[in-house]
Amino acid sequence: MLKVENVSVNYGAIKALQNVSFQINQGEIVALIGANGAGKTTILNTISNIVPSVAGKITYLDKDITKLPPHEIVKLGISQVPEGRRVFAKMSVLENLEMGAYTRSDNEVGSDMEKIFQRFPRLNERKKQPAKTLSGGEQQMLAMGRALMSRPKLLLLDEPSMGLAPMLVEQIFQIIQEINASGTTILLVEQNANMALSIAHRAYVLETGEVVLQGDAKELASNPEVRKAYLGE
Amino acid sequence: MADFLNSLVGSVDPYMLQILVNVGIAIVLALGLNVITGLTGQLSLGHAAFMSIGAFTSAMVTIKTGLPFFANLAVTGVVTAIVAAAIGFPILRLTGDYLAICTLGFAEIVKVFFLNFEPTNKALGLTVPQAKTSIPMPIYVWVVAILAIILVTFVQNSRFGRALKAIREDEIAADAMGINTARYKIQAFALGSFMAGIGGGLYAHFLSYINPSDFGFLKSVDILAMVVLGGLGSVPGAVIGSSVLASAPEFLRFMSQYRMLVYGALLVFLMVFRPNGLLGGVNVTELLLRAIGRKPAGK
Repeated sequence: MLKVENVSVNYGAIKALQNVSFQINQGEIVALIGANGAGKTTILNTISNIVPSVAGKITYLDKDITKLPPHEIVKLGISQVPEGRRVFAKMSVLENLEMGAYTRSDNEVGSDMEKIFQRFPRLNERKKQPAKTLSGGEQQMLAMGRALMSRPKLLLLDEPSMGLAPMLVEQIFQIIQEINASGTTILLVEQNANMALSIAHRAYVLETGEVVLQGDAKELASNPEVRKAYLGE
Repeated sequence: MADFLNSLVGSVDPYMLQILVNVGIAIVLALGLNVITGLTGQLSLGHAAFMSIGAFTSAMVTIKTGLPFFANLAVTGVVTAIVAAAIGFPILRLTGDYLAICTLGFAEIVKVFFLNFEPTNKALGLTVPQAKTSIPMPIYVWVVAILAIILVTFVQNSRFGRALKAIREDEIAADAMGINTARYKIQAFALGSFMAGIGGGLYAHFLSYINPSDFGFLKSVDILAMVVLGGLGSVPGAVIGSSVLASAPEFLRFMSQYRMLVYGALLVFLMVFRPNGLLGGVNVTELLLRAIGRKPAGK
């Protein structure tokens, strides 16, 4: 579905990504794990073309999207839940969800919003509140709901567990599995390798801008190197 | 009709009339900046530059052509908007303080340009002939001001306006929502400058004399103060802010030499006690509905 081939990204003189290649198949949950500064977020931003690549090629559904502007990429069905949630703070929950559907002009936006409210009942209770008054977990739900409003085929999730209580993390990961089960392919970037590997089908391990390990999520979770470096053993 | 309007204007005390016109022009200028800074969140310290481009363009159009005044203003607005779009294209990549400094620099360049531009009499300034209209200027100013209020209210509640607000709240998230942020920022900048240009055209024809030095940094800050004082992003706020600040120096005149001191103190106190502006975060429609005893319609 999505194919990233030999992509490199520089921030000035710093090489953030070097020859990164990976692919995502339809219907999968793929996890990208790695330490701080490994380049996980950069990969997502490069797919969305918020950060431009200096080399390499990104193909999505057999179409070269490497140079497409961000708004065109959203229209093609790739939606990102940015790191740190980035909800529109002063806008209400409802308005945030409306912004998620910005690229759509069909008349099913209303019924999609109902579905979001069913999936996240807390958002329904708070739909008129400004997003900044929501708790961290609720904001994460809002950010995910907002991304789903564009009806993505591929959802990019950046650190959904960041700053959340363990119970909420489990709930969020449960929801990610539900979203996947209803047909959305997911690329999940996580520092919480344990959680990420428990729900992913396949995973890639990044280290200082390079893919160092890849494979089945279960196998990676039992790989002694991974256990030592990322699972705290 | 013209006779009636003339006698209407004639019946108002000339001093009051002057203040009213100043307020009307200030509303047009402040609403323009409100689109750029209030709605879209792009801090501009060069609004007076676009006002001066408008003022000189409009004056030259009146001098060189026989266009009726409304067509003159339309041309003026479009010329100013085109300049703004051309300038906005490179500088709107910047954000926050960097953008502010850039607009400040641009405003200085515009000022120096007009100070040395032969056709507009360089530093001597330009005497502007009477506007080609039978409607008296004060009425004209207020009609334009009301049109500006309607326009910005409409923009604010449109799809375009929602995108601008999203850019103000979080540009990266707006990008991720599929909003073409670069294009919308330039459009907002052009729209705000369009209004600044028209405000400049009105200013030129009301005062009938313009000088490049009238449109310096202080003028830009004055307009920004109106928008911030009223409440960033609020149309009624911009109207109240410009009304208060455009008329306060006159109403405080009885204090003679303490006038500007009190004016400054007024600004400080308002910002301390209403940091979001007079009407910042206030839903005026809702208040009005409550006042007449009706519940605001729920979403």
